Amino acid sequence: MIRIRQLCKSYRRGDQVLTVLDDLSLDVAQGSFLALMGPSGSGKSTLLNLIAGIDRPTKGSIEIEGLDIVNLSDSQLAAWRAENVGFIFQFYNLIPVLTAYENVELPLQLTNTSAAERRQQVEQALAQVGLSDRMGHRPNELSGGQQQRVAIARALITSPSLIVADEPTGDLDRVAGEEVLKMLQRLNSHQGKTILMVTHDPKAASYAGAMVHLDKGQLESESVAA
Amino acid sequence: MLILKLLFLNLWRNRMRSLLTFIGLLVAVLAFGLLSTVVKAWYAGAEAASEARLITRSSISLIFPLPLNYGERIRGIDGVERMTYSRWFGGVYKDTRNFFPQFGVDPPSYFEIYPEYMLSDEERAAFYRDRRSAVVGRRLANEHGFKVGDLITLKGQIFPGQWEFLIAGIYDGKEEKTDTGKMYFHWVYLNEEVKKRNISRDADSVGVFITSVSDPSRAAEVGMAIDTLFTNSPKETLTETEQAFQLGFVAMTEAIVVAIRAVSFVVILIIMAVMANTMSMTARERTPEYATLKALGFSPRFVAGLVLAESMLLAALGGLTAVALTFPVAMVFQSLTGNMFRHFAVSFDTSLMQFGAALVTGLVAAVFPCIRAYRIRIVEGLRAI
Repeated sequence: MIRIRQLCKSYRRGDQVLTVLDDLSLDVAQGSFLALMGPSGSGKSTLLNLIAGIDRPTKGSIEIEGLDIVNLSDSQLAAWRAENVGFIFQFYNLIPVLTAYENVELPLQLTNTSAAERRQQVEQALAQVGLSDRMGHRPNELSGGQQQRVAIARALITSPSLIVADEPTGDLDRVAGEEVLKMLQRLNSHQGKTILMVTHDPKAASYAGAMVHLDKGQLESESVAA
Repeated sequence: MLILKLLFLNLWRNRMRSLLTFIGLLVAVLAFGLLSTVVKAWYAGAEAASEARLITRSSISLIFPLPLNYGERIRGIDGVERMTYSRWFGGVYKDTRNFFPQFGVDPPSYFEIYPEYMLSDEERAAFYRDRRSAVVGRRLANEHGFKVGDLITLKGQIFPGQWEFLIAGIYDGKEEKTDTGKMYFHWVYLNEEVKKRNISRDADSVGVFITSVSDPSRAAEVGMAIDTLFTNSPKETLTETEQAFQLGFVAMTEAIVVAIRAVSFVVILIIMAVMANTMSMTARERTPEYATLKALGFSPRFVAGLVLAESMLLAALGGLTAVALTFPVAMVFQSLTGNMFRHFAVSFDTSLMQFGAALVTGLVAAVFPCIRAYRIRIVEGLRAI
């Protein structure tokens, strides 16, 4: 369960204070697949970053599974992210010098998993995204869709309960985008992962179970997919 | 293991840049080592000199000779163990470029006071027996191809004319730092020829007296006693330890030594700036990757450590290669400079300093990129794509 209360985020630019999120409150049930939508500058990515613990709010609280992550120190927050959050970025953010296998293995370096276990988990994760035959390939040897699937495998490798995806299909063609969205849908329905996805594409949002519309930093509407 | 692999792969990512930085560091550390060796070689004479030996010369200048009869009076001073003398010859072998020091000495007493010059018994006997013979050091013999039995001719500069010497022996140094680049011949031969050829140079004179003292702690006292003995005489003396005497020569060229030292440090400073620039560029380019690593849960300290480790790895590789290359380069340098340095060898200290300089360069170069990597805000870093 994600419980957000009176969340504010503002930036100072010179003398001006720019408010991105304004007194936002939201509840996200565990195991839901929520699409965050809204026009550019509405604050959807900022909200996602705050929930994922890679940014700090100006005010308010974010409680995830009973833990208020706002009060965690930087190192505590890093440890919490490593254990609880899987990231999927628009531009995949894979390490270019590492192979698909090594990119997926990377988050496991922060755990006490043995080499044999690591191998098994990485192979399993890559098989799950249909890339067993691409383990030794570097990102530049993979298509955009394949790179995003590697990123999904990397997001899954530590078995996090929360997966955040910022425009995961933004850089993909229609077919590859649909593949990725179906994969996210499967993760949500089969493995019960809570997925928060930022998108401006209504078609992508239709894969989610619920949608939240933001505008000017405020919650405009909430809806559940048919 | 994966992190170590990432480190090496990152280093090899921009090959041209890494290679140029590596070469730059290598050249700088190599130059640093070579220049440090030059400075050490400059002081080698003083380092090899003994504290238990005193040199007595004219108080006006080294170029003015002292009467030979001073020797017996010096020998009688309390604390003097042995006494010998030498006279600078300054001849030219074939060409002025073939400079090497030559001294007229009293062989038995001279070689007794300098036990570090080692001759075989046969060669020693041959040298002592023949007044026209000479001995040369091993390095000098190797350099000019001198062999025992060779007859060599020197063209006198201070003592005009052609001077023939028969090589009776080749001496070796007891220690590595012992100078084996000199030639010694009989002072008697020189003195007789000066008289015979009517050369307008003081006959029955020597350049310096060398005395060994029984107790090195009394060296100053004995030196003073020698100089007091000749106070108010037409040729007053100045006595100092052999080390001080040698350092006097170094002092004449100290400005050059200081300049060489300064250049060697400036070279390191320059490569520090170059490498810092390289590491800054690297860190700037990888901002999104560092942000991604942080998002995945890697700590800021880990990310900064990755930058530092890459810089240190490059510095260590460059430093080690430079240290290894200094030895052959020093050998080439020595062969090109001929007899300029009596002992030119890369010391362990110099190698250590070279490697230390390389590591310090890596450390300093990584400071700002590390701070940058440490402080990257994840959200901003991810936007930097």
